[in-house]
Amino acid sequence: MDILDILLSASFWAAAIRIASPLIFATMGELICERAGVLNLGIEGIMVAGAFAGWIAVWAGLPLWGGVAVAMLVGMGFGLIHSILSVPFGLSQHVVGVGLTLLATALTFYTYRVVLPEVSSPPKIQAFQVYEVPFLSELPLIGPALFSQTPLTYAAFILAGLTAYVLYRTPLGLAVRAAGENPSAVAAQGLSVTAVRMGAVIVGSGFMAVGGAFLTMSAFDSFFFDMVNGRGWICIALVVFGAWRPGKALLGAVLFAAFDAFQIRLQQTPIGAVLPYQVFLMMPYFLSILALVVMSRRAEVPAALMVAFNKGER
Amino acid sequence: MTGAEPAQPVLRLTDITKRFGSVTANEAITFDLARGEVIALLGENGAGKTTLMNILFGQYTADTGEVEIFGKPMPPGNPRAALDAGVGMVHQHFTLAGNLTVWENIVLGAQSLAAMSLKPAAVKARIRALAEQFHLDVDPDARVGRLTVGERQRVEILKALYRDARILILDEPTAVLTPQEADALFATLREAVDLGLSIIFISHKLHEVLAISDRVLVLRHGRLVAERKTGATSREELAALMVGSEVSAPEFVAQSPGAPLLSLRDVSTEAAGTATALNRVTLDLCAGQIVGLAGVSGNGQGALSDLVSGLISPSNGEMRVLDASIDGWSPRRAIAKGIARIPEDRHKTGTIADFDLTENAILETYATEFARRGWMDWRRARAHAESLIDTYDIRCPGPDVRIRLLSGGNMQKLILGRVLETGPRIILANQPVRGLDIGAVNYVHSRLSDARADGAAILLISEDLDEIMRLSDVIHVISKGRLSPPFARGTMRAQDLGVWMAGHGFEDIANAS
Repeated sequence: MDILDILLSASFWAAAIRIASPLIFATMGELICERAGVLNLGIEGIMVAGAFAGWIAVWAGLPLWGGVAVAMLVGMGFGLIHSILSVPFGLSQHVVGVGLTLLATALTFYTYRVVLPEVSSPPKIQAFQVYEVPFLSELPLIGPALFSQTPLTYAAFILAGLTAYVLYRTPLGLAVRAAGENPSAVAAQGLSVTAVRMGAVIVGSGFMAVGGAFLTMSAFDSFFFDMVNGRGWICIALVVFGAWRPGKALLGAVLFAAFDAFQIRLQQTPIGAVLPYQVFLMMPYFLSILALVVMSRRAEVPAALMVAFNKGER
Repeated sequence: MTGAEPAQPVLRLTDITKRFGSVTANEAITFDLARGEVIALLGENGAGKTTLMNILFGQYTADTGEVEIFGKPMPPGNPRAALDAGVGMVHQHFTLAGNLTVWENIVLGAQSLAAMSLKPAAVKARIRALAEQFHLDVDPDARVGRLTVGERQRVEILKALYRDARILILDEPTAVLTPQEADALFATLREAVDLGLSIIFISHKLHEVLAISDRVLVLRHGRLVAERKTGATSREELAALMVGSEVSAPEFVAQSPGAPLLSLRDVSTEAAGTATALNRVTLDLCAGQIVGLAGVSGNGQGALSDLVSGLISPSNGEMRVLDASIDGWSPRRAIAKGIARIPEDRHKTGTIADFDLTENAILETYATEFARRGWMDWRRARAHAESLIDTYDIRCPGPDVRIRLLSGGNMQKLILGRVLETGPRIILANQPVRGLDIGAVNYVHSRLSDARADGAAILLISEDLDEIMRLSDVIHVISKGRLSPPFARGTMRAQDLGVWMAGHGFEDIANAS
């Protein structure tokens, strides 16, 4: 059985975890924004900007983690723009987000041409290398899948755990969740809804950018224009799929990535010779929609998602 | 309170003035509150009660004047300072997040945001202790979204107590409560006072003010017009002070009923969700008669109201409207049959908040009265809205204003105008005066009285027994979807109805039949 062989191979699961990593970063970022009540459609553009910023910083001489920090800061900068427009000004979050995606994407391409005016193919950097976790990486199947990855993948999983901990176990996370449920509850306790929401958008945008940087600094070692390729939009769906919970969203990211890794391998089997390859490319998206329909019927949307909060208004 | 002057007031407001544009919401208001005292702040809607409390709580900044709590002046516009000084506010519209649990809502904002843990075990233990001390029964782990309104209010009070509030402000706390829940609230407040808390109780319901307070402050048009010891005043005096003139409620004199216009025989409905369904209900609405439906909320009033409105159909039994058996019963049919519907929730089902007055005025008749060959006739619609504004004394800037901006009373007047203008044969009045001030209450009641004199059959659903007993020619009690036999005006005391409301007596009828 070809299919069974694929599902039982360690390299398949290793690929799934690798493909999932950028999605996990960006999904956690989006989840933090939405839990605070702000839909951040700038995600796609912020990922593009993050992918470029991290890569170019390393190309210019910074260490790899310095590149990650630069990507995060650039993401936070775009997050600041989004949050100013969407929180204190209360503008339509759809318009702000789509506008930000266009701005961030265009600005990235512009900067690319300014920095590298005459290259025909982008330069390569020395990307993150696989770090084999001692002992754990020797476990059968799980070892190569989970513990023979780059440090940035480990960071993605740590981030998911951290997001869950902060949201559910700390007063700060409680304030973030309350801001997305009923901002007047936050205001009535003398806390600033504006500060909580802006903070969540800025930090969340930073993680989105790191998700983008994963593509240029861990998955590949260079930057291409259509690299992000809709991953941001997938992350928006993953947040819904995960019912706004970090654990379930993480699961969703891995599941989607597994579909993706699966279809690549399926193309190489005899079935791949019969069906046009576009069918395989479509598969993860199709299955995602199916899973979304099944899983998110009962999801509880943050009640104040996309609702601007104006102090003193009835 | 005793006559002795307290050593130091826990709260003192001095010369508070607040203007919004050209409107003066509060003018030179000065009063203080003693330890263990309950002050009632009485006034009609728009008298400035809520504004004053928002200033006290630091949500608004006063133009002039000073707030002192325990002798310490408060920085203006800082709710944090008021909270820290021991002021707890229970807002009229609860400030709870429905998706969070009770304990999460209570602890929100009470801990440092830099803390690394919420310490749920300690928090819940403290909540349980407070809940026991004040008899505020709630499960800390329950989701707030699943609680009843009464339970949510308990969470709000616990929230204040959790922060060691010494002064509790309650803004219209009973507006959303059933009489039973209100009684329980009063018991809790008395315990709080015994423990030395001070309370400011905002209301426009006179009997509550008289029941709970030591001292009454009456606000009118932003001014403090009177201050009375509760023991030395009366309902009549307070009503007059509040409105600024003598108030007279409409009289309902007995008149002989006409033919039944709507009748139910052994009607049952399908249960929908958690709502109580009707169980073999028999009822006649006769011309020129008000039938009052008494009962604790959630006992099937919703189902009966939906049935008469056309939102649901009987699953069993016979329903006749204007002497014809109904079939294909729907809201459209109900409107066509001349059933006027005053819905329970004027915000949710009575109006569309962001539509203007004109649009709201023609919600039921836009397709039949105000359209020509499929096109809207806005000129006529607007003229209609203007005439309603005149006839029903709707205080508003004009027909183009969004209805969201109107007060509850004016919104209700528009709904009244919308349904009464067509000269309906049958009127469903579900909680027609809930949350309205005395002036508006009397207005609504006198319009219902006029409709009754004109021969309309009226079904009045209310949780206010006083209202039911004063208006109704015939009273039914509803309990668990069952309907009591009709009681004629004056044959039942409130206590007798209370027995039926508690669910007693229904078995005897079932056995007899």
